[in-house]
Amino acid sequence: MKVFELVEELGLKVFSGHKGLDREISGGYVSDLLSDVMGNAQEAQVWITLQVHQNVMAIASLKDLAAVILVSNLEPQENTKQNSDEENIPILGTSLPAFEIAGKIYQAFNR
Amino acid sequence: MKQFRTDLHIHTVLSPCGDLEMSPSNIVSLARNRGLDIIGITDHNSTKQCELVWKLGRSSGLTVIPGCEMTSREEVHCLGLFEDFDALRMFQSFLDRHLTLIPNKPLLFGYQLVVDEDENILEEVVNYLGASLDVSIEEIEQKVHELSGIFIPAHIDRPRNSLFSQLGFFPPELKVDSLQISKNSDEVAIRKKFMISDAITLVKFSDAHFSADLGKTYSIFEMEEATFDEIRKALHGADGRKCLIPTPSSL
Ligand SMILES: [Zn+2]
Ligand SMILES: [Zn+2]
Repeated sequence: MKVFELVEELGLKVFSGHKGLDREISGGYVSDLLSDVMGNAQEAQVWITLQVHQNVMAIASLKDLAAVILVSNLEPQENTKQNSDEENIPILGTSLPAFEIAGKIYQAFNR
Repeated sequence: MKQFRTDLHIHTVLSPCGDLEMSPSNIVSLARNRGLDIIGITDHNSTKQCELVWKLGRSSGLTVIPGCEMTSREEVHCLGLFEDFDALRMFQSFLDRHLTLIPNKPLLFGYQLVVDEDENILEEVVNYLGASLDVSIEEIEQKVHELSGIFIPAHIDRPRNSLFSQLGFFPPELKVDSLQISKNSDEVAIRKKFMISDAITLVKFSDAHFSADLGKTYSIFEMEEATFDEIRKALHGADGRKCLIPTPSSL
């Protein structure tokens, strides 16, 4: 599954990093501790979080993640969006909390 | 140059997790008895107990720096210390504007009390002070510096509520006056683990919530006198001032 397919299927908002929408997704990871994501997220996963700090994109890039999904209507900081455009890693948004969006993505992957 | 035993991270009864023994009078007399020269009062997201500790300190020869331990939106704990009560009041209104409002449940989180010098309760703060502010760590740092304060991320080596646990690595735009490490940690190992430049001073403070912890952990500030300006200089290693972390044998 590619990022744009997930965006279409779940009606996600695309904040930035549009050039990365055709990245292939390998799975997902949910965490708000950036040190944990640095240690445990796997390449090409989508990262579900409520952190909007600039360091989010640096870690997404370090781990070569497919996309970042911000939950509960949160919006990225301006410099976070800039980094996302530079790294071509999309930042997506949803009104759903982490539990629900993670459930939907899990279902989409295990059909 | 003189040496001052300095502990700039101490909680009072105002912090939900602060022991009821941590009253202003008790803190000042224990700090004096246990040989501290300078203390900082840093309750969670509130400055309301600082002025009384400062007053009591002044009459017993203890230098008290008013401050606060803030919780950023990323849930990083960081210390802000201020030179005077005008700055402190302005910072308190910043806290009032930005604290996420959750009613405190004293039986769950602990009591949040403002007391007078005889330990009479003047106020019980109703909103939970352990909640986070709705602003980023950079915005908090900028506010502290705008008010000519000192900004120090707290217990950076802890696995939760620390700069590195919450943000993974040092944020490129953050300006710190130093970094506080936990009482049992090793300075050299921490510098290596988190790749901290030698230009940044590391300090150890107690983060005391209980009276037993008061006086056990401190840093030695080598400077001319116990003033806010000198403290800032020592943190930055300016003009020959410096901060030293006592080794276990020198304690
Ligand atoms: Zn803390
Ligand atoms: Zn503390």
